[in-house]
Amino acid sequence: MTEYLQLLSYGPTGWGDEMLKGAGITLALALATLPLGLVLGFALALARRSASRTLRGLAEAFSTIFRALPELLTLFLVFFGGQLLLQAILRLFTDTSIQANGFVAGMIALGLVFAAYASEVFTAAFGAIPVGQWEGASALGLRRSHTMRLIIAPQLLRLALPGLANLWLVLLKDTSLVSAVALNDLLRMTSVAVGTTKQPFFFYLVACLLYLVMAVVSSFAINAIERWSERSERQRGAASPVEGRALA
Amino acid sequence: MRYGLRLLEGLLVTVQLVAISFVLGVLLAIPIALARLSQNPILRGVSYAYVYFFRGTPLLAQLFLIYYGAGQFRSAFEAAGLWQFFRDAYFCSVLAFSLNTAAYEAEIFRGAIRAVPRGQWEAARSLGLHWWPTWRRVVLPQAAIVALRPMGNDLILLIKASAVASIVTVFDLMGETRRAFSRSYDLSIYLYAAILYLMLVEIIRRVWNLMEQRLTRHLRRETKPSPTEAAGLVSVVD
Repeated sequence: MTEYLQLLSYGPTGWGDEMLKGAGITLALALATLPLGLVLGFALALARRSASRTLRGLAEAFSTIFRALPELLTLFLVFFGGQLLLQAILRLFTDTSIQANGFVAGMIALGLVFAAYASEVFTAAFGAIPVGQWEGASALGLRRSHTMRLIIAPQLLRLALPGLANLWLVLLKDTSLVSAVALNDLLRMTSVAVGTTKQPFFFYLVACLLYLVMAVVSSFAINAIERWSERSERQRGAASPVEGRALA
Repeated sequence: MRYGLRLLEGLLVTVQLVAISFVLGVLLAIPIALARLSQNPILRGVSYAYVYFFRGTPLLAQLFLIYYGAGQFRSAFEAAGLWQFFRDAYFCSVLAFSLNTAAYEAEIFRGAIRAVPRGQWEAARSLGLHWWPTWRRVVLPQAAIVALRPMGNDLILLIKASAVASIVTVFDLMGETRRAFSRSYDLSIYLYAAILYLMLVEIIRRVWNLMEQRLTRHLRRETKPSPTEAAGLVSVVD
């Protein structure tokens, strides 16, 4: 037992600090991906509601493709494709070759996947807002941007939150794939520790538990945000309109 | 297309891997779902912990835990004659995917069984049906309708997730793609692989739509006139 604690200690002899650092990178990658995925996902949802058929078709195709491809394949496509593309651009100016950045590639790839799923969530949330809300805003003389910001967005957030929370938990787990393209995230640091200590089961189990801790902490944060977003509903004494979160 | 055949071989491995894991996972999910619904707090606690662990951690970490982690117990596995199994990346992938999928399916089954109203059990009981006919004829057909769509979603998720097997040297579609790319540096190989994955997912989607139509055939309104009406044997009252 003490032998295992020794392995996890903080400092040059133990692997505790390395693994926590890896967990930090995992968390940083997920946090950096989130805004990218949310903004792109929202834009896609708007495109899917637009009057232009081309725009609708493109957004639809994007969402279908990136939800069907393995995340790992998307990641490799972005990583190697981005590398070839950057190299081609760079060759116009200099002879130096570059190495693609695992963090950025992971951010883009996971962001694309997140956006594809998020656009589904937003589209469903848009569908759940009654037309009367738009009409009412229009009758009050609100401009489109005001309608969106003051009337639609607050309701949209409440309706989309359970789905988005689910996507966040999926994203947190998907970051582990980026260890395959040389990013020193939690899983990669664990592999380094395993390579030195020859204690694979123990270290991978600890890594799994660290992922679980991140998921549990996220759940608490999500619950707090959900309560906040539903505060107006509760005051009216109505039951939460978003029962459960059955969005897979 | 020099690597075309290789990719198709990889596709076959992917299909095999997913099919075996999904069937094993579904079988394993049934007892887990029943344990989740049981009155016994120990069974409930253990099954809850199982589901929470496998749904809360990345599949890749689980795969590493099994494939590399087994090495830590090599002598014990050798003594038990199991080392042949745990040495093989393919078998370890099947094990990891089955255990992972079982956790997801168990939650679906639990929800589907609970979605069948109590009155259905009570009515079957008052008709004097034993538990097995009740289960087989009353509860299961109704639960299946609820469970089918999320199960299809999970199968698609498993197909996508199975690509991680390539990281532990299984030459599935992703593994063959990576090997071909590392030799040729031709990015279009990834695009061909993407098309194959898309086709696989689309086939599953269509098969699932057909299955759903069959399971819900009694719920659909007849839009066309039935054959007897069409033949004028029954007059349509309007």
